[in-house]
Amino acid sequence: MTEPIVTFQNIHKSFGDVEVLKGINLDIKPAEKVAIIGPSGSGKTTIIRLLMTLEKPTSGDIIVDGKNLWKMDKNGKLVDANEKHLRQVRGDIGMVFQHFNLFPHMTILENCMTAPIHVKSEDKKTAKQRSIEMLEKVGLGDKLDNYPSQLSGGQKQRVAMARALVMRPKVMLFDEVTSALDPELVGEVLEVIRDIAKEGEMAMILVTHEMDFALDVADKVLFLDEGVIAEQGTASEVIEHSKNERLQSFLKRFRA
Amino acid sequence: MDNWSWEIFWDAFPVVLEGLGITVGLTFACYLFALIFGFVWTFLRRIPFKPLNWIVTWVMEFIRSTPPLVQLFFIYFAWPMVPVVGMTLSPFASAVLGLGLHFSTYIGEVYRSGIEGVEKGQWEASRALNFSTSQKWLKVILPQAIPPTIPMLGNYLIIMFKEVPLASTIGVVGILHMANSYGAQYWAYLEPLTIVAILFLVLSYPSAILISKLEKRMNRRFNKNEALNSSKGATT
Repeated sequence: MTEPIVTFQNIHKSFGDVEVLKGINLDIKPAEKVAIIGPSGSGKTTIIRLLMTLEKPTSGDIIVDGKNLWKMDKNGKLVDANEKHLRQVRGDIGMVFQHFNLFPHMTILENCMTAPIHVKSEDKKTAKQRSIEMLEKVGLGDKLDNYPSQLSGGQKQRVAMARALVMRPKVMLFDEVTSALDPELVGEVLEVIRDIAKEGEMAMILVTHEMDFALDVADKVLFLDEGVIAEQGTASEVIEHSKNERLQSFLKRFRA
Repeated sequence: MDNWSWEIFWDAFPVVLEGLGITVGLTFACYLFALIFGFVWTFLRRIPFKPLNWIVTWVMEFIRSTPPLVQLFFIYFAWPMVPVVGMTLSPFASAVLGLGLHFSTYIGEVYRSGIEGVEKGQWEASRALNFSTSQKWLKVILPQAIPPTIPMLGNYLIIMFKEVPLASTIGVVGILHMANSYGAQYWAYLEPLTIVAILFLVLSYPSAILISKLEKRMNRRFNKNEALNSSKGATT
């Protein structure tokens, strides 16, 4: 039995008076592909934002590769993690955003190679080389010197993926990465994610509304409803054979 | 115009012009002070400690709500009389401190608007790529926050240039001071003060045009970046 790469232990998260996550327990094995589905407001995005340290849990622990993400040991006591500790632990995690969040003042190539050079202290030549290879892989080898504003939404999202992949994360988070795209551009982005998934080594957590895609890519699907994991299992168990009524009425809206 | 004399005009012109170096020099000295101190305000306000932010905000508000002329008088005439911390400054230094401090509160607001104009997603992407705090500011935030503020900063330079004659009240020998002395000496104010007005016009009008050109260029650039997020607007 392999050790999980990510573990959520009784995670609660509130925004003001609203409790968004009400006790999430979750194990993700290395290389496992997990899709999180559920109605909007169910807390799916919050789960991955907690893991990326964009939000802080109200209570509970998140363990990444054996290390507690939000807490650190200080003189034998567990205290809130400082920025240095967060930087150490979240180095294993990468994220792709719904709205791409590319750096508009940098070229496509610079978008990809800045972090390896400055965060991972790679030498410039290697970082450039690897960035070019990654951009070629997502089909943008001819756009290296373009700026994000010159690309379509689908191309931007592929750059965002290359930018995250160059950092070689052990866990990659996808936050509704096709939701902001025009329908005809969704396919090219999903295609790239499929390719990444096939390569295998990296764990992936995908928050998505693309059910067919989840069925195709995910080893495990979680149905999140009102802040709890209401249903989980293999993709076919959850999406095709579940008896959960709320899940069925949720899925019905996607089959229309 | 019986009272207008070209003879006096041409006689006064070189005299008034002598003060131009001081006026322009004082403008840039005040501006530099304001640019640096504006950064200090912005920095202090970003420290996550509520009481400090509260104090800083009120100090800024106080400085902004008091006339610069009163501040100049206070620094030049009153400060030397304050026990312990009181000290005497030259007219020029008093003007730099007074006007620089006054305008630094506005410049601080400009910086703040620039920083707040950077999208939330940019901060989050910096985090996701694990940038350190200094890398985040130098590579991501400032390169996007500064360009849109350049036209506003330019405007403040011109506004400041026009406020600098206030310093003649505490004896800084700029063009207004020179014109006044000439007027007092020969009992002829019309021509020297006209020269002062012309000099201000000649210097600030072209600068204003330059800045509005710059602003248009920045806007075009900004709109280009807007296109970047067009798909976002469609879905949210």
